Amino acid sequence: MTTKDATYNYAIRLGDNALILGHRLSELCSKGPILEEDLALTNVALDMIGRAQALLKYAAELEGKGHTEDDIAYRRAEINYHNHLLIEQPNGDFAHTIARQLYLSVFEYLFFTELEKSKDATLAAIASKTIKEVKYHMQHAIDWSLRLGDGTAESHKRMQKGLNDLWMYTGELFEMDVLDTYLLHQHIAVDTIALKAKWQSEIEKILREATLTLPEDTYMQTGSKKGIHTENLGHILSEMQYLQRAYPDAKW
Amino acid sequence: MATDTQLDLWEVFIQSKSGLPYIHSGSVHASDVKMAMQNARDIYTRRGEGTSIWVVPAKHISASNPDDNDMLFDPSNDKIYRHPTFYVMPEGAKNI
Repeated sequence: MTTKDATYNYAIRLGDNALILGHRLSELCSKGPILEEDLALTNVALDMIGRAQALLKYAAELEGKGHTEDDIAYRRAEINYHNHLLIEQPNGDFAHTIARQLYLSVFEYLFFTELEKSKDATLAAIASKTIKEVKYHMQHAIDWSLRLGDGTAESHKRMQKGLNDLWMYTGELFEMDVLDTYLLHQHIAVDTIALKAKWQSEIEKILREATLTLPEDTYMQTGSKKGIHTENLGHILSEMQYLQRAYPDAKW
Repeated sequence: MATDTQLDLWEVFIQSKSGLPYIHSGSVHASDVKMAMQNARDIYTRRGEGTSIWVVPAKHISASNPDDNDMLFDPSNDKIYRHPTFYVMPEGAKNI
């Protein structure tokens, strides 16, 4: 494994997280609970697509085979995607979407704050642009968690259910495999194991204020670093890749 | 009249550049000032339109009554001497 190959794979992982979450959130376009929230969530989706574009473009450069970010985004098989399992989970009801956004945005804020210090100049630059966006996503998710958790009996129940249902996908956020460790030793990757305690105490603090409870520990799902996904990713890709597969190189 | 079920109405004013006036952009629905601010940001500043936002609860804005338009605005129509167009402007004076 060379540093270049490893960084390519690292950029793919980060790019896939942004790409798939962008797609998931874009599914909410025209389906938000109110017009204002519809725009808020699709704004987050657009931030994600922008981040995916930057990361996958960098991956294409590192790969050096003349591919574009679009080739990488739309022409891979499911097993070659490495987004976190949490990200591909369906939107569910609004509380479910917010629970997913809360877990992720708090994680991403901690993650990109560290990645900004990466020795890889491109990743560091993408991280510093991303932090500004993630800070807003996190604020949005926290505010809604407070409103739903400390709102009506129904909103409280739904928010707690969303948090509970998604909890088993949060363990994966902090996994480090050989590739992560290799790049960590070169001061390129982030030590996610070190982020876990901070993440959990942040989430706990928010949930306490929202009168919600941290879900009980359970078996944690894993697999995305090896390309093993829940059934949801296949459905996302069949829709997301349809156009490029049916009309390769389509232009308009 | 049908009740508005989409939270309270807020009016949004955006300043495009420091020093320029805040201009009314439209309105948003929100349950509190924080949500109003976020919604205004998401709806009215997505394409770099602004550098500062005001949100004001619509219920706190008083509007003039259209029935009073004759009384309020007609008297100013025929008083052209209120426009400063009878002075000779010194050359080089800008922004008058």
